[in-house]
Amino acid sequence: MLNIQTIREDFPVLSQKVYNKPLIYFDNGATSQKPEIVIHKLRELYAEQNSSIHRGVHYLSSKMTERYEAARETVREFIHAGKVEEIVFTAGTTASINLVAFSFGEAFIHPGDEILVTELEHHSNIVPWQLLAERKGASLKVLPINEKGELKLEMLDELLTEKVKILAITQVSNAIGTINPVKEIIQKAHDKDIPVLLDGAQGVQHGELDVQELECDFYAFSGHKVFGPNGTGVLYGKEKWLESMPPCQGGGDMIANVSFEKTTWADLPLKFEAGTSNYPAAIALAEALNYVTSVGRDNIVTYEKELLGYLSKSLQMIEGLKIYGTSQDKISTISFLINGIHHQDTGMILDKLGIAVRVGNHCAQPLMKSLGIEGTVRASLCFYNTKEEIDQLCNGLEKVKQMFG
Amino acid sequence: MLKENKSKEQKYLKMTINEVQDEIIEEFQAFDDWMDRYNYLIELSKDLKPYDPENRTKDNLIEGCQSKVWLHAEPEGEIIHFTADSDAIITKGIVALLIRVLSGRKAEEIKDADLYFIEKIGLKDNLSPTRANGLLAMLRQMKLYGLAYYAKQQKN
Repeated sequence: MLNIQTIREDFPVLSQKVYNKPLIYFDNGATSQKPEIVIHKLRELYAEQNSSIHRGVHYLSSKMTERYEAARETVREFIHAGKVEEIVFTAGTTASINLVAFSFGEAFIHPGDEILVTELEHHSNIVPWQLLAERKGASLKVLPINEKGELKLEMLDELLTEKVKILAITQVSNAIGTINPVKEIIQKAHDKDIPVLLDGAQGVQHGELDVQELECDFYAFSGHKVFGPNGTGVLYGKEKWLESMPPCQGGGDMIANVSFEKTTWADLPLKFEAGTSNYPAAIALAEALNYVTSVGRDNIVTYEKELLGYLSKSLQMIEGLKIYGTSQDKISTISFLINGIHHQDTGMILDKLGIAVRVGNHCAQPLMKSLGIEGTVRASLCFYNTKEEIDQLCNGLEKVKQMFG
Repeated sequence: MLKENKSKEQKYLKMTINEVQDEIIEEFQAFDDWMDRYNYLIELSKDLKPYDPENRTKDNLIEGCQSKVWLHAEPEGEIIHFTADSDAIITKGIVALLIRVLSGRKAEEIKDADLYFIEKIGLKDNLSPTRANGLLAMLRQMKLYGLAYYAKQQKN
């Protein structure tokens, strides 16, 4: 059992008022708030220990390098990867996916090949592949969804043709919360020797993760959505793939030897970390992951399920409200519209009531098109949210209906 | 309704742009609550001159990622008449204010107008570049029309 009030005290931002009303933060899908220990860690690193990593002979540099590599080990353990060489620090999920789209693409994508994505994807897991397809003369194929917002798995086999060289799929839909049966999907792809990239931007913060058990070939996530600092993220890649992919950026830190005739690359994972990395953020990210571990991932799953159930039930009591994405398996994120009321109008009223939600197409225009709408209101909750806050949201929505009805 | 709108526009045109702005500021001073302001914008959205569906063209569309705005300009001599629309109601209310201040004015006035009322009535956030509702783009577009027609007039 979690003590939510105690947990809320760990997050300074949550105790404030906006427009004189207590802040209700339901925009965790966009970014999560940061616990005090993460904020403190960043300050401490800059105030007391700052020094560039991997190249100093001096005390501060070697200390910082140790911390950075320890952070990598924390990430490895958190996602149960086999080796630290398989953990690349990036700027975020988008950067991680772009890295794979470029480097994997350089090595393995040829004219006529296919890249398979799904209708549930965030633009970040569509556009890098489109760029790759264009560069290489390959094409993009799409696995569609059903009316519940679930992938049409029955179509997967026929789409996994021998032309498909990689399947890039989200673990959890950012816009409507569907949790995809990724284990089953990965197995089907692997039966045909097709590697799979998982977009974990909305997955890693909502439950246990074991990349070895899933057997995914790549896993991408962002630090800022898992209570860590912005500007940091992770790419997990199986060693065999990372070894066979060329670097996507050249510069310092990623080289072994540089000469005008022939430059050789550093070993994994540094081959993919050109330039001075955002080491304070990476170290503070490890702090955030430790925080999640201390809260307990099983506890998080149990409590967020309870929140989802309550939110879902409460929203369904509002006449004229329609939920988009009704899969049985969802994270605590719900997208909805109230009959005839524009999502932006809903969001603007909720804002002035102190309730932060996201409105719009959630960087998933193809998904919105498939649902036949322009956008939704999205409430994305996490373990520091409460049922009382859900009640306030529902009161706010009644107010919206009253104003626009 | 149409007739009423026309007489309203004529009423505003007897005033300067700044006088209309001051009038709007005064109207909003009556509200100390955000909900009242928004309710008033909802009212204003209903009074906005109906937008000709034929002008809902791609060229006239100013797309934000949250809501859409359509803007149509019709020059008449030195003057530009604007009509506009939005799919979101509060945005449409703000659109109505921009129309009230700038439509039916000389191109030169539109190009030079300093729209201070937006900040004064607390709607600056709604027109900031971070708000993806097309309003800022609409305002820029209105000013661009002003500039373009003014330049054209200078040539003739």
